[in-house]
Amino acid sequence: METNAYNIEMQDGVARITLSGQLDAARAPALQEALKELIGQPVEKIVFLAKELDYIASAGLRVIIFAKQRIGAGAQVYLVGAQPAVLDVIKMSGLDTFMNIQEDFEA
Amino acid sequence: MLNRIDLHPTHRHGEFPLRAGKPMPFGATLVPGGVNFSVYSRYATSCELALFRKHAPEPFAIIPFLPEFRVGNVFAMVVFELDYENIEYAYRMDGPWDPEHGQRFDKTKFLLDPYAKCIGGRDVWGVEPDWDNVYPHRARVFFDDFDWEDDCQSDIPFEDLVVYEMHVRSFTAHESAKVKHPGTFAALREKIPYLKQLGINCVELLPIHEFDEFENSRPSPVTGERLLNYWGYSNVGFFAPKAGYAATGKYGMQVDELKNTIKELHKNGIEVILDVVFNHTAEGNERGHTISYRGIDNKTYYMLTPEGYYFNFSGCGNTLNCNNPIVRNMILDCLRYWVADYHIDGFRFDLAAILGRDQNGAPMNSPPLLETLAFDPVLGKCKLIDEAWDAGGLYQVGSFPSWGRWAEWNGKYRDDIRRFLKGEPGMVGAIAQRLHGSPDLYQWQNRETCASVNFITCHDGFTLMDLVSYNGKHNEANGENNNDGGNDNESWNCGWEGSSDDPGILWLRRKQIKNAATILLVSQGTPMILAGDEMGNSQNGNNNAYCQDNLLSWLDWNLLEQNTELFRFFQRMIAFRQTHPALRYSTYLSGADQGTEVSWHGLKAWDADWSDSSRTLAFMCRRPGEQDVSCIYVAMNMHWDAHHFELPSPNDGRNWHVFANTDVAPPDDIVEPGQEILLENQHGFLVGPRSVVVLVGR
Repeated sequence: METNAYNIEMQDGVARITLSGQLDAARAPALQEALKELIGQPVEKIVFLAKELDYIASAGLRVIIFAKQRIGAGAQVYLVGAQPAVLDVIKMSGLDTFMNIQEDFEA
Repeated sequence: MLNRIDLHPTHRHGEFPLRAGKPMPFGATLVPGGVNFSVYSRYATSCELALFRKHAPEPFAIIPFLPEFRVGNVFAMVVFELDYENIEYAYRMDGPWDPEHGQRFDKTKFLLDPYAKCIGGRDVWGVEPDWDNVYPHRARVFFDDFDWEDDCQSDIPFEDLVVYEMHVRSFTAHESAKVKHPGTFAALREKIPYLKQLGINCVELLPIHEFDEFENSRPSPVTGERLLNYWGYSNVGFFAPKAGYAATGKYGMQVDELKNTIKELHKNGIEVILDVVFNHTAEGNERGHTISYRGIDNKTYYMLTPEGYYFNFSGCGNTLNCNNPIVRNMILDCLRYWVADYHIDGFRFDLAAILGRDQNGAPMNSPPLLETLAFDPVLGKCKLIDEAWDAGGLYQVGSFPSWGRWAEWNGKYRDDIRRFLKGEPGMVGAIAQRLHGSPDLYQWQNRETCASVNFITCHDGFTLMDLVSYNGKHNEANGENNNDGGNDNESWNCGWEGSSDDPGILWLRRKQIKNAATILLVSQGTPMILAGDEMGNSQNGNNNAYCQDNLLSWLDWNLLEQNTELFRFFQRMIAFRQTHPALRYSTYLSGADQGTEVSWHGLKAWDADWSDSSRTLAFMCRRPGEQDVSCIYVAMNMHWDAHHFELPSPNDGRNWHVFANTDVAPPDDIVEPGQEILLENQHGFLVGPRSVVVLVGR
């Protein structure tokens, strides 16, 4: 089991957050804390790279909402390469309407 | 106050740091570092908080509220370091067991918080519950971070609304709906383009509060199939959405899914009205289950007889004590919550007459609850619609205490239009009132046309197709020997009971449906359409499908192809109504003389036949000062013979053009608004038997 289910990189106004494994109630709070570091920075795009993400719980989705609401109102949120199971939850709940869902991310 | 950052523990129970909580607000509220639990009980002697891991059969912790955690009649405590996303909580209350005096405390029962915002336990619709579960309906702590973006209440004037009444599950459960997650909020969202195409601008949802579909479930004596509490007029929790209606219920995300559905409906110009059931709960009478209210404070929440039994004005075993100040506040808190947190645009109150009864069941003149709701600031822009009767015999259509603020389901509209449609004589006078927004019912109270929600069919009773296909109800499948459901249907089968392949009968039925749609959509007031009527949906003559979670209730979308002409007719009639302000007055029209806004006619212009034997009526209305096409003439002939109607002049050099004639075969029965065809003979029109004609002067 990995210690971190995420990795954050910030470059040229684009925050890349690589997710992996399971983003559940146990792991989401740490990611949310880490994302707080981005508040106040000039972020234009928040990109969640989700190819390696196997499962997302409601707590994980809340982190994405948090990113959208707190990091920058003007920032675009991208969800990239999400697996069908993850995508399905996002679509069912209707959260797909405020993020860009893509196969690959091109900055 | 709840945001104080120096909130620190003062007590400890096992692994949990605690402190005295804040009594308000009730429910479970996130505070820095913990959760504030607050619950009211006047008569409980002690209270415990039980914590379960999600779905676990037994609690992992039971934390008593210390005496110093009680303020007045409220138990309030903050529990710190809770993994709130993964727990469920319950209360246990000790107190007197003295049913004769209304006390029914049982300290062994795990009780649902009346203010629970999210309820688990019935996460997926129709999955057989574990009947031995000690805590079947489970309160969850809910974290509110929904992003509404720029969404706000849409505030469409009442007179401009076209309401579409629907059951969330029935609307998309049928495979022909071709949606990804049938029977859910997500599926409703998927069907928004259809609603737009039809042209309605408001959906009224049958109950979506958490209820138990397995309440009183039993096999059907006819089909053997399991009958459920399908409609859900029986609340488990007033603050939580029905998890089983959410595709994401199994992930505990029903709140997000519903909010996103509402947000998307709003984006498309569609308001959302909820059917709310404050007259009783799912706990039944003294033989029913204890879920919450009975164990928390039976005497507060229920109307009890002097012997401690349950009054049954709802017909469902118990009656919520709506004018008890505590319950009144709960209802107010609940409605405010749905408006503020879910952006709900209005409420339809089931059996609302009960809301005007005092604590002994007697009707009040100025019921405080109804007055409070009428003037509440948070509800200030929200639509309040009552069903002005109850199962205890109180019937208040036209006399419901309204403070000029409440609208109501006009039951008299439904009954009178149905009688007129089937050709009953002596209806013409009443019909003029109904078309006019029922001033006979509402004007004396200084209420206006928008007090009247006009409907011919609703979930309760026949569908429109069944109204013209059955003389009597056929409820055998409900397993009550056809004793359930109303007998006063005022329906007519057009010559044969039930399905028929006689072309003449089928033609007449379709015509009657179009007659009904036309009358409904040219009436002043707010029209309400039952979902599926626009595609000729039938329930095989069942007029009370409250327990039928099957093909009988599920909307068969194949009908849309089969009955294209009906859909097209509804769609164009709705568009016509929205085109013409003359059909949407917010105040009563005046006068009967030439030149004023509305005039009544018959076979002779300016001379309506008001006699008892008359089955013909016509009216002309126009919006003075508007030079558009808003001069409209509608002729209704509910007689079995054709009649020649002399036409009044449309004034101002206008000419009559034909918009709809239900006696003509499609596609010429109705045109697109604006494409009306010039009438050759401007002085008269032969209106076919049992037919309605709509003309526009321009």
